[in-house]
Amino acid sequence: MKKACKGNLPALIFLLALVMAWQWGAMELDAAYILPTPWQILQKLWELRGPLFTVHLPATMSVTAIGLGISLFFGLALAVLMDRSPLVQKMLYPLVVASQTIPTTTIAPLFVLWFGYGIWSKILVTILITFFPITITVYDGFRAANGEMQELLLTYGAGPWETFRLVKIPCALPYFFSAVKMAVPMSVIGAAIGEWLGAQQGLGYFSRRMMTQLDGAGVFAPIVLLSLTAMAAVGIVELLERKLVRWRG
Amino acid sequence: MLEFQEVSFQYEGEDFAIIDRLSFRVEPGSFHCIVGVSGCGKSTIFRLVNGLLRPKSGVIRVGGVPVSAGKRCCGYMPQKDLLFPWRTVGENVALPLEVAGGCSRKERAERAGAALRDVGLAGCEGKMPGELSGGMRQRAAFARTMLTGQELLLLDEPFSALDFLTRITLQEWLLEQWQRHKKTILFITHDVEEALFLSSSVLVVESTPIRCLREIPVPAPFPRDRKCLARPEMAELKERLVAMLRKQVAP
Repeated sequence: MKKACKGNLPALIFLLALVMAWQWGAMELDAAYILPTPWQILQKLWELRGPLFTVHLPATMSVTAIGLGISLFFGLALAVLMDRSPLVQKMLYPLVVASQTIPTTTIAPLFVLWFGYGIWSKILVTILITFFPITITVYDGFRAANGEMQELLLTYGAGPWETFRLVKIPCALPYFFSAVKMAVPMSVIGAAIGEWLGAQQGLGYFSRRMMTQLDGAGVFAPIVLLSLTAMAAVGIVELLERKLVRWRG
Repeated sequence: MLEFQEVSFQYEGEDFAIIDRLSFRVEPGSFHCIVGVSGCGKSTIFRLVNGLLRPKSGVIRVGGVPVSAGKRCCGYMPQKDLLFPWRTVGENVALPLEVAGGCSRKERAERAGAALRDVGLAGCEGKMPGELSGGMRQRAAFARTMLTGQELLLLDEPFSALDFLTRITLQEWLLEQWQRHKKTILFITHDVEEALFLSSSVLVVESTPIRCLREIPVPAPFPRDRKCLARPEMAELKERLVAMLRKQVAP
């Protein structure tokens, strides 16, 4: 723990310097509706703690969790399917890669038209942003599995599912965790975008409402909360990874 | 124990058969080394026996049974130890039992422990492969090969990546294991001295495509120690083998 703190010391000092520069710059500018100071944001966060923590944070988190859960389930299933069947791979892989070029934010408003202001239009944005990176990363993990180890198992009489279980899954595990670490912040962004476009609750919605009221600190407060939540979630995934992928040191 | 009968094999995309109507046989309980220059097709012979490749024509029999029948028939130990880094050494050694099935987890652990004791790695079951030295890893890989329960063992340059002292120590150790377990061992190497020290007779690959293996008996009785390599007849045989192999390497 001490070592980790020491390793991050330069980054922490730099961050502190940035925040101080921000505080100084914002105080000089003196226009809180455009650029609030960090201190004002913290004050706002405290002031609005009631609605932020009991209504909007849970709303955004449920969108994130459901979206991420669905993406993980179908992304993993598709990755396994593409690995097992060359036909499925040939059929879908180019489409999956090409679909990454779709600018999600521009078609997201359509989802609101299709699915309304409820939770599902936001979940769909989240899924659209996270599904393909998860699929491709995990699939690449299966591809990168050690061929010699699989051959060794074949000489022991292992079948394709056994080599999949004994070699491919462990080899793909680090890739899986990379995918999740990448997908967690993306899913939070997806949920926030969805809420910006049209919602009745959620941190994205709240931030936008504050914008219409020209409340600079109020716009930033939910954003800070979003970042902190995403960081905490990535931290938890990292802890899990360290526990499950010990051999990587 | 092992019999090749007019076996031919051709890699896809090549215009010649790397193994061309090859016939040879190996008696039960013997220790043969196959020597040949790099890329001559030695490993292809092993891959045909362990079923990773299928011959174009001909029959390979192990213990009288054709290998095309799809049954496991040999213990294969590749050049790299291929210990799975996410499993403990004990779990690695138990892999053949796990794949074969019919063995409880406890029984597997017991047999892996016994196999590790047998190769001088008692108490290493719970360690991760990364904690072992190169020589210890090869011994663990050998214990894993032993647990395939097969009479025929195919060892493909298992010591080539080790330093000199570890290598000669493991050569002596391997001979002792062979004499104790009475397995049939085929051992690929390009190190002529290693071949002479280990085998009852050396099978030389004289040309590619491989049409025959030239069997040369080693004039030294078992048990052996390294001093036998200094004898005049062994030194002379070594020179002869080196000369045979050098003819195939373009200057």
